[in-house]
Amino acid sequence: MVRGNRYRVRDNNQRANPAHRSRRRPDILDPSMARTFVGRIVFAGLCDKLFDLDEKLNVVPQLATSYQWSADNKSLTIKLREGVTFHDGEKMDAQAVKYNLERHKNMKGSNRRGELAVVSSVDAVDPTTVRINLEAPFAPLLAVLTDRSGMMVSPKAAEAAGEKFGAKPVCSGPFRFVERIAQDRIVLERFADYWNKGQIHFERIVYQPIVDATVRLANLRSGQLDFIERVAPSDIPNLRNDSRFRIAKIVEIGYQGITINVGKSDLAQKNPLGRDPRVREAFELSLDRDAIVKVAMEGEAQAGNQWVAPSNRFYGKSAPLPKRNVERAKQLLKEAGVPNPSFTLMTPTTSDAQRIAQIVQAMAKEAGFDIKIQSTEFATSLNLADKGQFEAYVLAWSGRADPDGNLHTMLACKGPTNYAGYCKEDVEKLIHESRTSLDPARRAAAYDKIAQQVQKDRPIVYLFHRHWLWAHTAKLSGLRTVPDGMVRVQGLKMN
Amino acid sequence: MAAVVFETIHTSPGRRAVRRLARRGGAVFGFAVVVFFILIALLAPWLAPYDPLATSWSAVRAAPGAAHWFGADELGRDVLSRIIWGARASILAGVVSVSISLALGVPIGMLAGYLGRWADALISRITDAMLACPFLILAIALAAFLGPSLTNAMIAIGISATPIFIRLTRAQVLAAKAEDYVEAARALGNPHLRIALRHILPNIVAPLIVQATLAIAAAVIAEASLSFLGLGQQPPAPSWGSMLNTARNYVDQAPWMAIWPGLSIFLLVLSFNLLGDGLRDALDPRHK
Amino acid sequence: MLKFLLRRLATVIPTLFFVSILIFGLQQLLPGDPAIALAGEERDPETIRYLREKFHLDEPLHVRYWYWASGVVRGDLGDSVRIQKPVTELIMEKLPVTIQLATMAMIIALVIGITAGVISAVKKDTWWDYGANIFALWGLSTPNFWLGILLILLFAVQLGWLPASGYVSPFDDLKANLAAMIMPAFVLGNAIAAVLMRHTRSAMLQVLSSDYVRTARAKGLDERVVVLKHALRNALIPVITLGALEFGTLLSGAVLTEQVFTIPGFGKLIVDAVFNRDYSVVQGVVLFTATVYITLNLLADIAYFLVNPRLRH
Repeated sequence: MVRGNRYRVRDNNQRANPAHRSRRRPDILDPSMARTFVGRIVFAGLCDKLFDLDEKLNVVPQLATSYQWSADNKSLTIKLREGVTFHDGEKMDAQAVKYNLERHKNMKGSNRRGELAVVSSVDAVDPTTVRINLEAPFAPLLAVLTDRSGMMVSPKAAEAAGEKFGAKPVCSGPFRFVERIAQDRIVLERFADYWNKGQIHFERIVYQPIVDATVRLANLRSGQLDFIERVAPSDIPNLRNDSRFRIAKIVEIGYQGITINVGKSDLAQKNPLGRDPRVREAFELSLDRDAIVKVAMEGEAQAGNQWVAPSNRFYGKSAPLPKRNVERAKQLLKEAGVPNPSFTLMTPTTSDAQRIAQIVQAMAKEAGFDIKIQSTEFATSLNLADKGQFEAYVLAWSGRADPDGNLHTMLACKGPTNYAGYCKEDVEKLIHESRTSLDPARRAAAYDKIAQQVQKDRPIVYLFHRHWLWAHTAKLSGLRTVPDGMVRVQGLKMN
Repeated sequence: MAAVVFETIHTSPGRRAVRRLARRGGAVFGFAVVVFFILIALLAPWLAPYDPLATSWSAVRAAPGAAHWFGADELGRDVLSRIIWGARASILAGVVSVSISLALGVPIGMLAGYLGRWADALISRITDAMLACPFLILAIALAAFLGPSLTNAMIAIGISATPIFIRLTRAQVLAAKAEDYVEAARALGNPHLRIALRHILPNIVAPLIVQATLAIAAAVIAEASLSFLGLGQQPPAPSWGSMLNTARNYVDQAPWMAIWPGLSIFLLVLSFNLLGDGLRDALDPRHK
Repeated sequence: MLKFLLRRLATVIPTLFFVSILIFGLQQLLPGDPAIALAGEERDPETIRYLREKFHLDEPLHVRYWYWASGVVRGDLGDSVRIQKPVTELIMEKLPVTIQLATMAMIIALVIGITAGVISAVKKDTWWDYGANIFALWGLSTPNFWLGILLILLFAVQLGWLPASGYVSPFDDLKANLAAMIMPAFVLGNAIAAVLMRHTRSAMLQVLSSDYVRTARAKGLDERVVVLKHALRNALIPVITLGALEFGTLLSGAVLTEQVFTIPGFGKLIVDAVFNRDYSVVQGVVLFTATVYITLNLLADIAYFLVNPRLRH
């Protein structure tokens, strides 16, 4: 579920008051319980994390200054930055980190439990040193700590507020929480004691949700907004010609694809698409990814066939992008004995998904497929997918910095979002290896093998990876384009 | 003088109504446009220059021109063809929804009005309850419940509009019940059902027709609204409402995607409204 | 009079009861497990279990209804699962916004509708009549979300006179608030204007052919005086009471208008809640608006009753 955000930066008597606008409402402002992408946007200004990501997806220090794996790779020792305080004045030290990590893991309703499952205990060695002990080596841990699991909240405030912490979050980021008017806006103001205050050039940020892309763009054009994110691809050409604005883009860490029910329920066996890998191969061969990218996303995406983009260092080079081949597709269908297979494509009612579904329907028709588009409300579609009540499902994933985050939960046998019902022993072993080895070369080799197998089995037909698209007034500078789509406020400046 | 009287005696109320209708310019215009759209909808297979579902990657958002008179949409489909075929969905949405409302509302309303007492109280309270919920919210909840599709949208709109007809029918039946001819029929020993169908119903048809016409107009807009939220006719099938919904994203680059469906909805709904108003004037003996 | 009042009041409770059942049923019977919808992308089974427990999702329907209804009677409408705030608090936050929007829309509707209705009635069957008719009708014939987008494009993007979206509290900045509200109020009011025009027209026509107007004319009074002083005053009463009843239509229209203009009112709240299976919010808000609507109805009935002696039997 990826939604868009709009940011507004407004100059107000030399004190710049940026107002950020989100397309969807951020949910609970509690890093443990938060569940939407849009919530992370707000956190970028509100809560600092142990580590951060740079443009190349490298892990860089933020609240932590350095890290060290133990010899057996089963514990990670982190050195913390000194002199950091939370918004309520409490010190950010090893005890606080320990508290936070335990809270992420144990709190009722926490959505961070899954990614920290492998953590067995946390030790506060001394005020500036934390040791995280794992049950088994876990390579994605650092990347996990660059996201919400690495966000540190004030233990005092969290204890006091309990479940209601999200109503008035207290973190250690550059801005502190002022108020939230539901559905309308979230107001943050500058935290005077921020450890990196030299990089902060604004007094206030206001996040405001706007649902409609047209209205968002209208706001930018009319000057009410200085910065918008999630620009509709079709608006880019006009913006490019307008000297008042600048465009920034980068490939996302997520993906857009079609999940096929290959084993989640008995529907898999009943339909040739779920039953026969040749039919799935024919389906993939009938698709022209470049044309899909061009028509559905106006070229603002990178075609892909794996859970990471071809430009990603962990992309399996032995399973390159297939080219469209309608003849071969028809041949495969003939071999499989179903020259005109028919299946239902469950499509959420978002405009992106609808466009993709229609294009796919038209393309696959040329190979003989008769696809029925079943528009389903998103909430309902999740339910149906969970029960396996679908044949194919247009589903996107917002993405995680570590490739494991894009792979494990969907394709591991017990993965919580394994709607395809895919479970292969050798792939399971390879996934395990890719998670527990800290050597990038070994991990890449494992991913390469997985990619080859997944390419053969096609539980998910990956289509493309979108571009994050930002547009802002030429007066704004310092925007860093990081593939996780977050807008980092450090360094942003209005000239 | 005598000739005039003669003529008045021999003309039926229906024919008089039609004549009154014909004198109202607005109603005539409305009627003409409605017939025009119905014809378009019926003759769609022969009128549409292209297959409304045929995509063309080279014609994506083509401006209106020789190849595509109304331009092309985001998947290269011909807008004119989709408008023509979309007339079916919009007219269906209007007519079927209101038919459902009539089919449900009139019998229930007659029951309430005729039986009175407990039946009336119960039905009236439920009707009040439905009317107290904002119409669109009810329709959205129902459509979400049934699932996004044109059929379900029609059912949702139809059910949501039913209380209006229940109320109208009930009021008319209550008024008719007090009339002399009903009392006379009862005195003659006619069974209730006969009285209801043969005596009362024909006399309440007029306001029902008026309300139905106006309701069709509202139903077409309701379908467009549901499509705007993703709950009506689903792509790739064309409907003006869902075309408007998609066109939202391209208002700047391809305004023709939105102009034509918006204009069509406007014309159709305006015509039904004019027709309904005209019918009301024509059929209401108080207005001249 | 008292008997009438009591009889009317007696209908309110059962109606509200049916409203509660109606909206509860519609919500709870929606397909889609709210726990899964709320559980976030990770879909952690533990979290889902916790959510199901917290919101009694595994209990039978009538038990859940009992939990909710008993809360309502105590004044507790439950909590929003998505925003983690009590529904009552959400309503109090949104109420001023929607009231302002509805009031502005109503004023616009009254101005356009009554004017058009009077003109249409007085100059019946002339071009004035048709023109006024069409002018008021176009509001009812155009999808309001469409009209909203067109207006944004014209006034915000092309001309830059008004903001494209967003709401500013009138207490913070009255001018900005009005600038932001005028377009959505116009869009909303347009639709009601047509209804009011029709009612004004028919009421005026009735009054204009009545005896005392004929008397006033016979007395040689200026036509304008006849129309404005005598006819209009009497025609307005049913129109205004009917206007109060259009509150329901206003709210329906507000749903989409608020989406397009990003006004944080009830409409937007409800739609988002339906799509996210935030049961308590939908149930609470609909119950609240239904209560308001029923109250307005009651007041309108009383006003009508007081004004029209013929109804007092």
